[in-house]
Amino acid sequence: MTTRQNHTEADTTVDARGATCPGPLMDLISEVRAVNIGTVIALLTDTEKSPTEVQEWADESGNEVLDVVDEGDHYRIHVKKR
Amino acid sequence: MTEHIAIVGGGTGGTVLANTLAEKLDAELAAGVVEITLFNDGKDHVYKPVWLYVAFGQREPADGRRPLREVVDDRITIRQDYVVDVDHERKELELVEAIDPAPYDKLVVATGAQLEPERVPGLAEGGHHFYGDDGAQALRDELLAMDGGHIVLSVVGTPHMCPAAPLEFTFMVDDWLRERGRRDAFDITYTYPIMRVHGNEHIADWADPRLRARDIAIETMFNAEAVDPEAETIVSMEGTNLDYDLLVAIPPHTGSDFVESAGLGDGGWVDVDKHTLEATGFDDVYAIGDAAQTGVPKAGSAAHYQANVVAQRVASEVRGQPATAVYGGKTVCFIETGMDDATFVEFDYERPPEPSEPTRAMHWSKLAYNESYWLTALGLL
Ligand SMILES: Cc1cc2nc3c(=O)[nH]c(=O)nc-3n(C[C@H](O)[C@H](O)[C@H](O)COP(=O)(O)OP(=O)(O)OC[C@H]3O[C@@H](n4cnc5c(N)ncnc54)[C@H](O)[C@@H]3O)c2cc1C
Repeated sequence: MTTRQNHTEADTTVDARGATCPGPLMDLISEVRAVNIGTVIALLTDTEKSPTEVQEWADESGNEVLDVVDEGDHYRIHVKKR
Repeated sequence: MTEHIAIVGGGTGGTVLANTLAEKLDAELAAGVVEITLFNDGKDHVYKPVWLYVAFGQREPADGRRPLREVVDDRITIRQDYVVDVDHERKELELVEAIDPAPYDKLVVATGAQLEPERVPGLAEGGHHFYGDDGAQALRDELLAMDGGHIVLSVVGTPHMCPAAPLEFTFMVDDWLRERGRRDAFDITYTYPIMRVHGNEHIADWADPRLRARDIAIETMFNAEAVDPEAETIVSMEGTNLDYDLLVAIPPHTGSDFVESAGLGDGGWVDVDKHTLEATGFDDVYAIGDAAQTGVPKAGSAAHYQANVVAQRVASEVRGQPATAVYGGKTVCFIETGMDDATFVEFDYERPPEPSEPTRAMHWSKLAYNESYWLTALGLL
């Protein structure tokens, strides 16, 4: 679900805009590993494929994508650790 | 009044920075208006890329270690101590050995990354690695002792140093076994946390067919949850279970704990402006190398380029001029694709990496770079 407005409150933010290597999804995974279950993480990313990749990874790993906000020059993706 | 520049961490970034500043601020140092101190918790400067070759018996740990005093310019004061905290108000560093705190006017954090295998149950006992002196030697002995079996290379830690190294090890171990006529007796599996074999799409697209062509099994979406050293199994958060005879893991990493106590960032990584490398919220603190959250890989080349940028900025500030140098994300990496071939990538915040066809010449370039590293760190190259 991509929305234009941000209603979700994040507990922590990973700013992966401009991340070259290993990239935003890997940055997100390090944060998921570090936080407690139930924590909501906001991933800021300007990589076009991030919404699809984060969803794919979340489905596989049992975490939850709450929403994807299109902020114009980047996405804000909210992920809840399950 | 003397201006104190403090650099914490005498690894690649801290050493290049200290030596570059010694050149740039030669006159100020001679006049006594500037003093530069490099704090490092050990006596030696350690060049980590050597460990990859230690695992294959091609180098000794001593090849990657020299007394810091030998590689750092004489105009720099070296203090062997561990920095535990920063008092931003008083502009002082709290140390473990020294009773008195050390003053600073400009502070550069270059504390790198350390290993924390304990974060994954069973990993320290059940896994090998090539991310340290002892680990690389133990892995070498284990590889030499094996007649056959299943080698699993698992990227467990994210983030980790040198994102190319897990691929390099996998290509090299395949080639090493082939050269010795032993490959048929082994299975090799490579695991990675996301849906492709490398975080960067361009490198993944390049590496994937090359792994398959060498009969290396690939397990993507594999985030290790626990290792059972008795049963010799590794299980992922995604529910995949792998049996192994030799587990080579890239362990979880953490930054220096003083980063968190000093309020500079979480997990030991300093929040910085990706271009100026200034620590967020502090105009007198910079961070470079593996400790800085820039979005570029934890690579020595990036630490080196960042050190040059911060040296220019600090020199300008000392002279009362506006600091204009910025970091554009430049990183270069040689990637070994076997025991005798390598490729090379160069990229930045704007341009993605484009690996080329591996060549023998590139492999020799990587070895030559490793040999000349000591001159580079000294500022001679
Ligand atoms: C196996 C392996 C292969 C690699 N291969 C390559 C490669 O081919 N190319 C490449 O570009 N990079 C490579 N790297 C990565 C490269 O080694 C690192 O990115 C580089 O060392 C980072 O430099 P740094 O100055 O940030 O940190 P480091 O070199 O790690 O130095 C940090 C220093 O700070 C000290 N320190 C930490 N905390 C404190 C404290 N609180 N007080 C005092 N001192 C402290 C540490 O003891 C250490 O001496 C490789 C790494 C590994 C492990």
